[in-house]
Amino acid sequence: MTATLLAVQALNGLQLGLLLFLIAAGLSLVFGVMDFLNLAHGVQYMLGAYLAVTCAAWAGSFWAGVALAVPLAGIIALVLEFLVFRQLYRRSHLDQVLATFGIILTMNEAVRWFWGAVPLRADMPDLLSGSFEIMPGLRYPIYRVALIATGLGVAAVLAWVIGRTRAGMWIRAGATHPDIVAALGVNIDRVFLGVIGVGAMLAGFAGALAAPLVSVEPGMGDNLLILAFVVIVIGGTGSIRGAFAGALLVGLVDTIGRALTTEILKIALGASGAARVGPALASMLIYLVMAAVLAVRPAGLFTARA
Amino acid sequence: MSQRFHWLFFLALAAIPALPMGTDRGFVLLLLTRAIIAAIAAIGLAFIVGAGGLISFGHAAFVAIGAYTVAMLDAAGYNFLPAVLPAALIAGALFAAATGAVALRTRGVNFIMITLAFAQMVFFTLGSLDSYGGDDGYTLAARSAMLGWQPLRTPAGIYLTSLLALAACYFLSRTLIASRFGRILRALRQNRARVQTLGFNVFAMELTAYTIAGAIAALSGVLLANATEFVVPAYASWQRSGEFLVMVILGGAARASGAPMGAIIGAFAVVLAEEGLARVTEHWRLIFGPALVLAVLLARRPTA
Repeated sequence: MTATLLAVQALNGLQLGLLLFLIAAGLSLVFGVMDFLNLAHGVQYMLGAYLAVTCAAWAGSFWAGVALAVPLAGIIALVLEFLVFRQLYRRSHLDQVLATFGIILTMNEAVRWFWGAVPLRADMPDLLSGSFEIMPGLRYPIYRVALIATGLGVAAVLAWVIGRTRAGMWIRAGATHPDIVAALGVNIDRVFLGVIGVGAMLAGFAGALAAPLVSVEPGMGDNLLILAFVVIVIGGTGSIRGAFAGALLVGLVDTIGRALTTEILKIALGASGAARVGPALASMLIYLVMAAVLAVRPAGLFTARA
Repeated sequence: MSQRFHWLFFLALAAIPALPMGTDRGFVLLLLTRAIIAAIAAIGLAFIVGAGGLISFGHAAFVAIGAYTVAMLDAAGYNFLPAVLPAALIAGALFAAATGAVALRTRGVNFIMITLAFAQMVFFTLGSLDSYGGDDGYTLAARSAMLGWQPLRTPAGIYLTSLLALAACYFLSRTLIASRFGRILRALRQNRARVQTLGFNVFAMELTAYTIAGAIAALSGVLLANATEFVVPAYASWQRSGEFLVMVILGGAARASGAPMGAIIGAFAVVLAEEGLARVTEHWRLIFGPALVLAVLLARRPTA
């Protein structure tokens, strides 16, 4: 394990973390503002990837694919909001979990029916394929660097919108005192709708960007949804800052942990023992981090609600 | 429903292997066995969801732990049921106690997400166990047995054994819900602060309930491993945890009484509906999913 390899893993971790942030931010805002637990949020990530692949093939350009996939994912979320979510806001969390679980089953199967069960491959744009040398002896794919830069950019814009604009003020106020915000003359339902739409587009955007790096298959959003849950539990619900910190922590711990656990265990257990225990322990790491955070701060690292 | 009716229900199920079913016998018995095994896990979940108000989205993990205990002992050459069963129950209870101690620090939605996360941890950990086939799973060398007597060898044998276990869990659950412990749990769900003020150790109560549910699910896992002669990490998948919740809610067992009969009916309904829909179309989830959404939207339940 050399320093170069460690640097590559750190960059990969950063990239996974930023991808997770795009998903967790929407999930966390929807939950923070509306007290609505949307399990179907991972579906938007999957749809983003599938729509990007299909639109890119149709338009003949990666960029057009992304540009079409994001608003389409948002539109699908608004249709779901109109048909289902709207009835669930005032229901118990149990009802929300069950109904959105039903949506996941439906959408995963619809994708399997429409696109088939065979994983799709997405092509990178020529502009971003290839790699360059970021430090002596370390080549890193341009696409991943672009992904990191995009993720950081979106995070900055989101932080500005939530923290500095009027819409962001409504969102923050809606998270703590929705009735008072409504009484002050703000159309809180429209704020809710906006949060749902933007959250879905962020997740769809994440899916479209991840498509060239992962296999695009039915149910691909499910695992990321659960990682996003871990992010939110660590970061604290309803907080963008928490989602950002939690996402980077989960991304880095998971990626670097997978690379290092077996190496570190070799010192204690020897090669064969480490090879047996290492992978199992590595896949548990983020959950151990989550348990540790909860033991110290049950409400997560950052909390939107006082 | 009266107690007598419940006895009749179990007796009627026990009579099924004696019915003339011709060539379908093996299939029918295996299908019903699967429903019974799911019902056992659902009873445990109904106990914590209904009586305790703890919405666990990771129940399948305990089932998988029970099943993998069978597999690991099988790989080591042990299939002596009186040893395998307690080992699995202890494994399930220990994991429930350990994860419950963390998860119960939180409430509401965070509890849902944390139980889900722990179940995923089990899922990925089982998938990384290369000595047990990794993601592909592990085929048992032999079903659990007792000194030459092999009650789990035939379809009817495993069916009746599972049914016996179901009846035991059913009466255990009823007894627990009616007991002082069960009444405190129900009181907790209604008003936590009052129960705390009365001096009860709320955390210990909930952890005990969670641990019992984990052990019951592990029992279901032991039977599942023996019925299919196969274990696979997918037993812990989050879709399975979701299905257990669906069974419990559809059976109406999430009401305050945590009625175990509701969980049994819910489990039978889900397993049989899935099997029935799967015969109609390969894409049966396109029917099952919307039906589930509609069932939730149309049910007029007071918010829990």
